[in-house]
Amino acid sequence: MAYYDRSSAGDNLARGLGWFSIGLGVAELMAGRSIARWMGMEDKTNLIRAYGVREITAGVGLLALGDPKPWIWSRIAGDAVDMATLAAGMEDNPRAGNARIAFGAVMATTVLDVVCVQKLHREEAYHRSLPVPDYSGRSGFPRPVSAMRGAASDAPIGQDMRTPRILQFQPAQSQAASS
Amino acid sequence: MRALVWHGANDIRCDTVPDPEIEHPRDAIIKVTTCAICGSDLHLHDNFMPGMEKGDIVGHEFMGEVMEVGSEAKSALKVGERVVVPFTIWCGECDQCKRGNYSVCERSNRNKALADKVFGHTTAGLFGYTHLTGGYAGGQAEYVRVPMADRTHIKIPGGLTDEQVLFLGDIFPTGWQAAAQCDIQPTDTVAIWGCGPVGQMTIRSAILLGAKQVIAIDRVPERLAMAKAGGAITINFEEESVVERLNELTGGKGPEKCIDAVGMEAHATATLDSMYDRAKQALMLESDRAHVLREMIYVCRPAGTLSIPGVYGGLIDKLPFGMAMNKGLTWRMGQTHVNRWTDDLLNRIQEGQIDPSFVITHTVPLDQGPEMYKTFRDKRDGCIKVVLKP
Repeated sequence: MAYYDRSSAGDNLARGLGWFSIGLGVAELMAGRSIARWMGMEDKTNLIRAYGVREITAGVGLLALGDPKPWIWSRIAGDAVDMATLAAGMEDNPRAGNARIAFGAVMATTVLDVVCVQKLHREEAYHRSLPVPDYSGRSGFPRPVSAMRGAASDAPIGQDMRTPRILQFQPAQSQAASS
Repeated sequence: MRALVWHGANDIRCDTVPDPEIEHPRDAIIKVTTCAICGSDLHLHDNFMPGMEKGDIVGHEFMGEVMEVGSEAKSALKVGERVVVPFTIWCGECDQCKRGNYSVCERSNRNKALADKVFGHTTAGLFGYTHLTGGYAGGQAEYVRVPMADRTHIKIPGGLTDEQVLFLGDIFPTGWQAAAQCDIQPTDTVAIWGCGPVGQMTIRSAILLGAKQVIAIDRVPERLAMAKAGGAITINFEEESVVERLNELTGGKGPEKCIDAVGMEAHATATLDSMYDRAKQALMLESDRAHVLREMIYVCRPAGTLSIPGVYGGLIDKLPFGMAMNKGLTWRMGQTHVNRWTDDLLNRIQEGQIDPSFVITHTVPLDQGPEMYKTFRDKRDGCIKVVLKP
């Protein structure tokens, strides 16, 4: 079972990155052409839009799908893909300066992602180091379960809570005979 | 007085608020001695339940001492008496109450017009819950006003601790009704999704009612350990396939009775369908995550029964209703008709047949309630059931 604490420092940072992912993703999806032009990489417009979908997915995952660690790791992988794309696009690019600015921004968010995932793993290690309480003796019954099975079979249960006789499973043969 | 007050998503605070007063001759004022955080309170905390307003006092599982009684409730209650208060407020006079269907009382919801519009017809008023069910102040407080108090109470005899009887107000009869409405037969396998407090009570109820085999499904090790202690065979859905294991345990036929003690906040990342639900929930395109319902419909033996004590709030997507229809499944669901069961259950506690306090893992003062909501929600520190002392 994955452990995480939805009010921890690591989780708060993960949520911040989730909102950032959604904002960036929407921008890449809606303004992919403009972003590509600004970086001198017009031929990568569709790729940038696809990256936008990836960012939105990671953002929804971080904000809504429980344990944020897999989604932060997916962001780190995405950062690597972004940097590779930007690095490849700098050759013979009259706007390589802008691409370098974008590269620097991705590097900065990668640092944040790495800090975040380290925090989250530290928090999980802390939770795992805590002793697990033992509830194996908490039956709630005064006697062994085998002695309690059916102890309330005479409970007053109204007819409206009963299953119609034809739908009861037991015993199959006599059901058929009596119906 | 001090009370736990809802301020918005993930924001419940211990505030100072005005003391309650008698507003109607059938009211009583209770001094709360013990209350609890219920799993369904988490739906309010997490803001998945529509109809909450800033300033609402939460809590619907509480008990205490009668401090003041309105003129029309004096024949039924006396100052100083010790009572557990059921979470469903009931009038005892309407057609539904006369049938024992207290959770759909036709008169106790003071926001009936709103409920009529949203639900088609109103259901009962509930303490500390959405304004769709009356918006009554809840019991995670030092004092609480109990409307229709001449009916809405369970008198507690001496000799029993608060912890033994507190859960008569909700989770014990909820688990009991979940099992009872399955009409358990001695040959039945009962599969129960969720080993939270209601799930634990359901397991014990199914055992007491004589199920041949009770199977509990969860992923939290300490909850599964408690389920096993209560007589269940356990399935950790993160470690094994629920469908395969249930088929293996039932000779390939599936459980005759399936109980959803999870409700609208099924674990969000265990399966693709629950991730899909959670994403839609975040985008406000769906209100409830229905993974457990889908799985129950799939695994249940044809002509079996689905019982749903887990709370759902609104709209569900991708429910395989055709599968349910073709398998001829019987659906039983609803809020609990608490007082229908409590005389019998109180007797069983008095006789020592069961001690519901087994489920309590944390007891703290009321002002630590907001932090305990988070501990309970995140299942930290082995938390299964939190009891608060005002």
